[in-house]
Amino acid sequence: MIASLIGIVFDGLAYGMLLFLISVGLSVTLGLMNFVNLAHGAFGMLGGYLCALAMARWNVPFLVALPLAFVAAALAGLLLERLLFRRFYRRSHLDQVLLTIGLTFMAVAAATFLFGPQQQALRLPEYLSGQFSVLGADHNLYRMFLLAVGVVLTVALTLVVERTRFGAAVRAAVDNPRVAEALGIRVGLVFQIAFATGCGLAGLGGALGVEVLGLDPVFPLKYMVYFLLVVAVGGTSTLKGPLYAALLLGVADVAGKYYIPQVGAFIIYAMMVILLILRPQGLISRS
Amino acid sequence: MSAAARARTWAGRFPWEEGAFWLLLAVGFWLWPKHLALASQVLIAGLFALSYDLILGYAGILSLGHAAYFGLGAYAAGLLAAHGWGEPLSGLLAAGCCAGLAGFLTSFLVVRGQDLTRLMVTTAIGLLLFELANRLSNITGGVDGLSGVEMAPLLGAFRFDIYGRTAYGYCLIVTFVLFLGVRRMVHSPFGWSLRGMRDNPSRMLALGYPVQRRLIALYTVSAAIAGVAGALLAQTTQFVSIDVFSFNRSADVMVMLIVGGAGVLYGGLVGAAVFTLAYHFLSALNPVYWQFWLGAFLIAIVLFGRGGVLGACERLSRHLRERGRAPAAQR
Repeated sequence: MIASLIGIVFDGLAYGMLLFLISVGLSVTLGLMNFVNLAHGAFGMLGGYLCALAMARWNVPFLVALPLAFVAAALAGLLLERLLFRRFYRRSHLDQVLLTIGLTFMAVAAATFLFGPQQQALRLPEYLSGQFSVLGADHNLYRMFLLAVGVVLTVALTLVVERTRFGAAVRAAVDNPRVAEALGIRVGLVFQIAFATGCGLAGLGGALGVEVLGLDPVFPLKYMVYFLLVVAVGGTSTLKGPLYAALLLGVADVAGKYYIPQVGAFIIYAMMVILLILRPQGLISRS
Repeated sequence: MSAAARARTWAGRFPWEEGAFWLLLAVGFWLWPKHLALASQVLIAGLFALSYDLILGYAGILSLGHAAYFGLGAYAAGLLAAHGWGEPLSGLLAAGCCAGLAGFLTSFLVVRGQDLTRLMVTTAIGLLLFELANRLSNITGGVDGLSGVEMAPLLGAFRFDIYGRTAYGYCLIVTFVLFLGVRRMVHSPFGWSLRGMRDNPSRMLALGYPVQRRLIALYTVSAAIAGVAGALLAQTTQFVSIDVFSFNRSADVMVMLIVGGAGVLYGGLVGAAVFTLAYHFLSALNPVYWQFWLGAFLIAIVLFGRGGVLGACERLSRHLRERGRAPAAQR
């Protein structure tokens, strides 16, 4: 009983960490630009496919493929931001939703066309697969790795946001873009960098998550609600908010599927409605 | 005002273009006799888009879960018929009431938030119902769909034939009647107050309009109409598939409305016709390409084509009128 409980919390935390990595960029987009980006999961998918293909076709080692996924997704994000997204910051939310749903559809169709509708498999290196045992329970080594990567990245992100000059500019821009602009902070540039980093993190999360979340062409649609939920519940003004929300979501989802499998994904959606009713101000709606 | 005078103003407010539109649909019986089943799909999608136009176009409520009410109506009508109540009109009414009740109950969650909250709450409601239908497979048939839907003849006289003649007439009349109701509603003071709330909610609140209550009423009506559209689908195809609840259906209805033109009464019907026909012919080539081009088309619309097909028509006709007037003014 206790052992399975520890196992669930552990799996849930690893899962939540992945959700956090993928969603944190979305919270920047929403908080900084008030831009509803439903296509965010597509960057995660891009990272996942790149990692899986690089390993399968060109024998790139896993630990090299991960940064590749980050860079590719960040570049794709930068390109899209310059070409399309920036025209939409001042447009209505409806236009933003239409644009990003259109992009998501295109990404799903393109992935199906290029790689087929099936799930992609990823061969983990041997030093990351297997089990180890703590407190009488067997744990998956890869999930431990996920947790470690998540913690390192979260600490790094927090340091950047809270200790560096660039981080101060990001925080100022989120709090009040107009005043920040008046003080000489180039909000557009700050946002571009933050957006590209967010997309890169989503790509990295997608690559790390092939083993846990799975990877097929409908990935961006399948997890869209989860990413939005993390941001909606966590808010967009801090890093801690989305982190706690993602961890909570991860543990709740894993526990729900383990203890009451017959209700399936029901728990998450019900939780989402309830949280949104109880804490609507967890959402940032800067107008 | 006497009854005759009221009838005259009613006719006067119904311009000939609109009459021609509905006449064309009625003549459709003889114009496209081999495609009546497809035409019925267009009408059903159009009615669904009309219901969505009420909340998005007129009240500005952003929703990605409107399929929830469409699906509820479809299952209500389908389940009634599968359990022996095959009379179509009462089934339709029951389905509309059922979806309307659900719309009323959920409207309290929807109307209170801002755009993003609304988007997420409606998405969650749609997914919740999909998951529910999936889990209750002993009632709904789950992913296999609900079969055994047997309809009695319409009004006891018209059997649902395989050519879809009865289905088309039935869909056309129901759509027309509901359309007239909606048309009446959006031209009433209630309808105008909705547009005011969409454009400036705080001012409407300051003017003393009960914004929340009106949005709740509107959302309920819209859900009921969506339910009737779903019920029409269930009754005319005599089958309910679980994808009546799917996220794609909610996204599709949004696309239809945007293609046709949001905030215009005929936007939903025109958009549904364009969308359904394009889907029918393009996805026959390749379903994957269809989704790709649909996405590209959406992006093109938000970048260049404000107001959809009807918006483009209006710009064109205004352009032509002004060109016609310009030489006259010079003289």
